[in-house]
Amino acid sequence: MLYQTNPTAIAIFASFVLGVIALSFYLGRKGQSAKGYFAAHGQIHWFVNGIAFAGDYLSAASFLGICGMIAFNGFDGFLYSIGFLAGWVVALFVIAEPIKSLGKFTFADALDSRFHSPAIKLSVAISTLVVSIFYLIPQMVGAGDLITPLLGLPHSWGVIMVGVVVTLIVVTAGMVSTTWVQFIKGSLLVFFCCILTVLILNRGFTVNIVSLEPQVHTRRPDGTVLIDGIVQSKDHDLRPVGTISSLPGGKKSTGPLRPLEFLGVLEDSTVITWTAKKRIDENGTHTTYSPVERKGSELLQPGGAFKGLTTGRLVDKLDFVSLMLALFCGTASLPHILIRYYTVKDQASARKSTVVGIAAIGFFYVLTLYLGLGAMTSGSLDPTSSNMAAPLLAKSFNETLFAIISAIAFTTVLGTVSGLIMAGSGAVAHDLLESFFQIPMNDHQKVLAGKASAVVLGVVAMALGILFRNFNVSFLVGWAFNIAASANLPALVMLLFWKRTTKQGISAAVIVGMVSSLGWILLSADTFEKVYGWSRDASLVPFSQPGLVTIPLGFLVLVAVSLATPRHVESQK
Amino acid sequence: MVPQRDNERSDHSRHCARVGLLLFGIYVLLYAGFIAIVVFQPNLLVLRPLGGVNAAIVYGMGLIAAALLLSLVYMVLCREPAGRD
Repeated sequence: MLYQTNPTAIAIFASFVLGVIALSFYLGRKGQSAKGYFAAHGQIHWFVNGIAFAGDYLSAASFLGICGMIAFNGFDGFLYSIGFLAGWVVALFVIAEPIKSLGKFTFADALDSRFHSPAIKLSVAISTLVVSIFYLIPQMVGAGDLITPLLGLPHSWGVIMVGVVVTLIVVTAGMVSTTWVQFIKGSLLVFFCCILTVLILNRGFTVNIVSLEPQVHTRRPDGTVLIDGIVQSKDHDLRPVGTISSLPGGKKSTGPLRPLEFLGVLEDSTVITWTAKKRIDENGTHTTYSPVERKGSELLQPGGAFKGLTTGRLVDKLDFVSLMLALFCGTASLPHILIRYYTVKDQASARKSTVVGIAAIGFFYVLTLYLGLGAMTSGSLDPTSSNMAAPLLAKSFNETLFAIISAIAFTTVLGTVSGLIMAGSGAVAHDLLESFFQIPMNDHQKVLAGKASAVVLGVVAMALGILFRNFNVSFLVGWAFNIAASANLPALVMLLFWKRTTKQGISAAVIVGMVSSLGWILLSADTFEKVYGWSRDASLVPFSQPGLVTIPLGFLVLVAVSLATPRHVESQK
Repeated sequence: MVPQRDNERSDHSRHCARVGLLLFGIYVLLYAGFIAIVVFQPNLLVLRPLGGVNAAIVYGMGLIAAALLLSLVYMVLCREPAGRD
């Protein structure tokens, strides 16, 4: 769809972004030492750190991706909310306090705390970079999706803007400014999503009779876009979709609804959703959007997006179980989350900040169900982009709210991307250059190396964000969780709970977990279809999500290699 | 006095680790139960046990609430002993 820019929206958006950059420059004075740059001196208050956890974690996938998935597929998007939050249970009960006591700047510090092994530093640094890059892609894609309707700029400009702003944030003050950006973003996101939910409940549902004619979007080889055979323009564009076609009792409108009542009424209503079917020929790519009338009770059950849940095939069910396992295990293995434990002063603060994070994140995920369902029935969805569901939902109320929500979504991306780039720059400067390659660096040089790494990672993120522009961001984040859980969790858990763990076992588990999960993803049906454009049937692995196989494989490799190698003297201390 | 304080800290850490693993086990059962129902008994999720809301949403929301509840229990059970930093 074509979007018209609005000066108020641009002004609000610009003030958000400039405010964030100004804050970073102000805080820049506090991050000059390595401990300040990489760990904010370990002096962040636990409450601020807890909300910063939310700011770090509630990424474009959580906000744009889940809302879009619920809006287009119903309950299945909420399964991501459940899985993403469940991962915090692992972080709190198993990981938080030990990792605080073991590490200094990076995740590799913790894994290497007993062994002082260059191999561990190298393998964990590589895994940190791989996971961070896979997590960066969906954030950049989300940023590009936001910029088009807000500023009227191409997708690639949004990606470049995020890359430049985030690099500025990270380079100016490292973890100090990153923490405060994430704190502000986390607070704003939860607060404004709460307001949006209240507005959704207050509006209730209204039957909206719209044209049910299919819509055909054609992209010609020369780039021209046709809608139903006529060149796309402001006067001739795709119609927004997503409406209620009937309410219980034959009502035309419900008026304000209470939270549980909202879900109950939707269950007994019917909704017009739209499916997309793509066809490619010599005249270009033709996508036909067709309406489907569906019962609310059907949309509020699992199976809308995860088709495997309804096919009865065991491998399809295993694909779903594998994803839920990766979401559960992945959170506590994400490098940019783990390094946040070094920004508080002690283990008690680590524990308390995790509980604050769980409260904020959990509350937000409850809201995602209302935001997604509100978008599904708002009559404002863009059939070409599931990632735009939440901002367009806000637009269905008014332009100012749209501008605020879009600006918050953009800062959402800024907060998460800055955390990821921090994790990546720490892995390069601290783990690779200083620890593995033994390049002598004083405090100042180490900070400089971190900043240079941040710039390189920013450029890589921009390139990948442009390359993967047509993907749903939650789907892409699922990959990052799989790789993180397979590469990092077995090593971390076994280091904490099995004294026989050796340095060779840790290195092998990290490498095997990372390579196997990455390889599995590259050979999966989803990648064949959505990345390579090949047939799903040609894929070389039985299901797309690798976690169910590669997480246990990581544990198995660690145990086998540890038993086959001698205990290191230091490992017995 | 310092070694005694270190021992207390160590005992407290062990206590917290045990409590954490117990609560983790409880949550794993709840989470695995949800996935098992989604995969093997999806007809149970059609039931509407709470104000017209179906069991899929009730269980999903319940898992989010359970995570918060268990984390608060953990906070209470792992409070630092009085007089500690």
